[in-house]
Amino acid sequence: MSEQNYELEHHEGPHIVSPFLYLAILLSLLVATGLTVWMSFIDLGEWRIAPGVTLFWNPVVALAIACTKMMLVVLFFMHVKYSPKLTKLTVGAGLFTFIVLVGMTMADYFTRAWGRW
Amino acid sequence: MSDSTAVAHGAAESAHHEHPPYQRHHFETVAQQFDATNFAMWLFLLTEVMFFGGLFTAYLIMRNWYYPAFVEGSHQLNVGWGTANTGVLILSSFTMAMGVWSAEVRRKGLLVLFLCITWILGMAFLGIKSIEYTEKWEKHHVPGIHWSESSFLNPRSDPEVYKEYHDKPLAPDMADKTEMYFFLYFAMTGMHALHMIVGISILTFMIIRAQAGAYTTGHVTYVENFGLYWHFVDIIWIFLFPLLYLISRY
Repeated sequence: MSEQNYELEHHEGPHIVSPFLYLAILLSLLVATGLTVWMSFIDLGEWRIAPGVTLFWNPVVALAIACTKMMLVVLFFMHVKYSPKLTKLTVGAGLFTFIVLVGMTMADYFTRAWGRW
Repeated sequence: MSDSTAVAHGAAESAHHEHPPYQRHHFETVAQQFDATNFAMWLFLLTEVMFFGGLFTAYLIMRNWYYPAFVEGSHQLNVGWGTANTGVLILSSFTMAMGVWSAEVRRKGLLVLFLCITWILGMAFLGIKSIEYTEKWEKHHVPGIHWSESSFLNPRSDPEVYKEYHDKPLAPDMADKTEMYFFLYFAMTGMHALHMIVGISILTFMIIRAQAGAYTTGHVTYVENFGLYWHFVDIIWIFLFPLLYLISRY
């Protein structure tokens, strides 16, 4: 969308998303929910990256599906796809900060044996 | 518009009625007002992300330390109820989005209808949650003085779960950690349920206001921003569901 179109559209108020798109998102979310339940009953195995470092695929897949569902809700139900750049930047910065905070904490906890029962 | 406002804006009085009544005077246009309140709502939601982020971080650390306890704790949750609740909440997000659409196209009847369906689905979610909480109480799986570890020290004492997963008895020091799993379960789902109760309360107020025609005059900010809150609560559940219910079900 060109800058000019955006301006024109935005002066008339918020972008109105079609109910059919909402319906498509609803169906995608329900299918993804079914998929995540189904996958959880299958052993997807593991990947031994290095001695003592193992990645289990089940939680990775579960979180990947959850992240996909989150993106669908954020972009379409929450209208971020149609929002001004300020909103996009705010949401992106928030998500980035969240990942840094959790990621750094995890990196610390998982590379030491402290606190272990 | 009050006289004092008119005096304060004396010079601009001729332009005074060229904007809709819901546009505040410190905004140049309705679109600017909408974007500003939208931005503020997102800032609030980010503080909520950080708040729940603390709970999720605690969960991830404990789950990695005490994985066997978390697996057997998770087996006590009913996947059927959890899946049903996920469906209910996703459906309520859809009806909320349709409510926002109804406000945007100024259809009062549809708006009230979609807000009412959202309200009912929200209550259905809490109803299912209360069934699950009751079961946890009856099985002594609520942390505190009513707590019992017998399902984890001796899984055969819990035949319904045992026949599904054939869990092995946990060592006493690991069985202790199932209480941590259930503490996090109640802290996270409880905090989520509290957000649902707040949301349903605001929805009740909005349904009354919508019937009076408050949101179908072109002023959609309130409905839109409440929608953001409702979808945010849905997103929290989208992560809670696989993390709490779907650990090692195979």
